[in-house]
Amino acid sequence: MVDMSVRIGSVTLKNPIMPGSGCFSTDLAQVMDINRLGAMVAKTVSREFRPGNPPPRAAEVEGGMINSIGLPTKGIDYFFKHQVPDYRRFTPPLVGSISATTIEDFEAMARDVAKSDIDVLEVNISCPTRDPKGGNFALHEEHTYEVTKLIRATTDKPVWVKLSPNAGDIVAVAKAAERGGANALVVANTILGLKINTDTFRPAIGNKFGGLSGPGIKPIIVRMVYQCAKAVRIPIIGCGGIVKVEDVVEYMLAGATAVMIGYLTFRNPTGMIAIIDGLEQWCAKRGFARVADLTGAMIDEPPMETFAAAAAPIG
Amino acid sequence: MTASEPFASDPFMVGKHKPKDAPAHISAEESLCPVVSHAWVNAQYKHLVVEASAKALAVAPGQFFNLLCPSPDVGELFFRRPQSVYRIDRKHGRIEFLYKCVGRGTRGLATLQKGDALNMVGPLGKGFWLDPAWKHIVVLGRGVGIATLGPISQLAGENNVGVTAILSARDKDFVMADVLFREAGEVISVLDTDGSSAVENVEKILAGLIAQQRADAFFTCGSNRLFQMMKRLGKVHRIPGQVAMEQVMACGLGPCYVCVRTFEVDGRQELRRVCIEGPVFDMQEAVGW
Ligand SMILES: Cc1cc2nc3c(=O)[nH]c(=O)nc-3n(C[C@H](O)[C@H](O)[C@H](O)COP(=O)(O)OP(=O)(O)OC[C@H]3O[C@@H](n4cnc5c(N)ncnc54)[C@H](O)[C@@H]3O)c2cc1C
Ligand SMILES: Cc1cc2nc3c(=O)[nH]c(=O)nc-3n(C[C@H](O)[C@H](O)[C@H](O)COP(=O)(O)O)c2cc1C
Ligand code: FES
Repeated sequence: MVDMSVRIGSVTLKNPIMPGSGCFSTDLAQVMDINRLGAMVAKTVSREFRPGNPPPRAAEVEGGMINSIGLPTKGIDYFFKHQVPDYRRFTPPLVGSISATTIEDFEAMARDVAKSDIDVLEVNISCPTRDPKGGNFALHEEHTYEVTKLIRATTDKPVWVKLSPNAGDIVAVAKAAERGGANALVVANTILGLKINTDTFRPAIGNKFGGLSGPGIKPIIVRMVYQCAKAVRIPIIGCGGIVKVEDVVEYMLAGATAVMIGYLTFRNPTGMIAIIDGLEQWCAKRGFARVADLTGAMIDEPPMETFAAAAAPIG
Repeated sequence: MTASEPFASDPFMVGKHKPKDAPAHISAEESLCPVVSHAWVNAQYKHLVVEASAKALAVAPGQFFNLLCPSPDVGELFFRRPQSVYRIDRKHGRIEFLYKCVGRGTRGLATLQKGDALNMVGPLGKGFWLDPAWKHIVVLGRGVGIATLGPISQLAGENNVGVTAILSARDKDFVMADVLFREAGEVISVLDTDGSSAVENVEKILAGLIAQQRADAFFTCGSNRLFQMMKRLGKVHRIPGQVAMEQVMACGLGPCYVCVRTFEVDGRQELRRVCIEGPVFDMQEAVGW
């Protein structure tokens, strides 16, 4: 028996596998057993209704996909009234995700969250596709600090701050979020990109720029998780390009306590469940009694020669 | 475990993992379906028949599957491709698709041979509905839209509801599936080559059917111009209608909001997801594409 549970501050997850925000809803109950997930993560909501960006909203690229959904939402009141009870039909902890363009809206939403029935608040300050220029709070350490501090002061719920790989210095932003009182960091959202249709000479998606996700971004985000984990004491949730068990192991070795998965669900709808089962098998095979022991277990030395690596006892 | 034995963590784990304890109420699944036959219908369209799982066979007319197409080259495909079911053969446990080769995904799909396995997710979406009070329906399809209208015509035929199928195409080579529609009812083909496919002409045909009281409900798929005309006639004559729509998809399941189209209810516009709120929608609420 492998102990698959992980702790993120005061929250215990029965396994480290969660969906990424925007890549999950209760609609997935048509293909999978949602109760097996470590947690449920809801789509980001704003204070008021937003229609989102014009279609086409996504395109395939080598290594994954590019999207510009633009955070469509019926607003936070609708979320609490209709969507939260719908999520509550299932047992895993519920992570709500909020986004805003002003600090006042963030504060108002955090006040609503404080009274609500969600278990964790994820603060999305990093969606590259809601502002046409791709700007957001997570690009700047001061903005990140201010938003986090204000939200921390407004609610007692655990606060997870979702960072942007588009920040020039993500380590500085990670430290700012920790200083502001974040309980954990999600590293990271999508990477801003552009795809041009060579038949029409126009952008491939309606918003022109879009967020890149999928297996192609994984090495970049694993590197960021490693760097952030060295710089902060709060837990890190790795997110970007996970499509197989070893990808989760890599994120955990780099310092992540848990992971979030987006793209894989589009390709293989029960992929998250396959990874939960596969990760348990992997741990058993490698002699890990607790999956949590993988966190930060990377051996920070030069690579071994392959013949030596094959013979080495690890784990 | 030996080195050659596949491990659950191979990239994407395609077809290698059976989730344990999947509750029975789950309506859709990822399954590997052996290809029974796969033949060209004309220069652009292929007809694909697969052996389907019990869950897949529960597919309703108008629903679709999201197919993991093989790559046509050495590259990877990163999205599935939606295809609506064209014929449901429950007796032999088979599902059929009729599709047009347009890009990398469908070109890759076309490489599948008899005996190969097709990875499909489904059945997905909300299909057509049939009111038992209707005595005669009209289906109007163009191009790939013809495929989508197959199963509802089949179902109407089985329920002794009369069907008139108006099939619009470039030339007679592209009038597909007329055999299937003939089993269900009457077929009128209209062509670009002789001008009979002109919207005004199709409108005349529809007006004739309405006058003969052979149009209790409208169904359409495949052409925005034909849809707009049918919607207008439906509004004037108060004939209920359904339209099957397409949109680029990512997940095909509901969470990602990639596949939205605009709808209008009581003068208010809203966006709906084609993959889960559709692909079949009320004709008067759809704005078109
Ligand atoms: C619900 C539904 C049912 C469909 N049923 C049929 C059918 O029965 N027969 C048939 O021939 N075609 C059908 N289509 C269209 C079919 O999905 C596209 O032709 C196919 O995805 C094209 O892929 P490609 O890689 O060959 O083309 P490319 O143009 O190279 O595709 C690029 C991307 O755009 C997407 N895309 C391109 N055209 C469409 C389209 N019309 N609709 C949605 N996504 C598109 C692709 O999925 C892919 O992600 C259906 C579409 C939907 C949404
Ligand atoms: C279609 C789509 C919608 C997304 N919507 C959101 C969102 O609403 N909020 C958010 O914080 N992240 C959103 N993301 C980002 C994902 O949660 C995740 O951070 C990113 O996709 C990287 O993970 P992946 O490579 O496993 O997909 C979205 C991603 C995609 C592809
Ligand atoms: S394709 Fe993801 S919601 Fe429709």
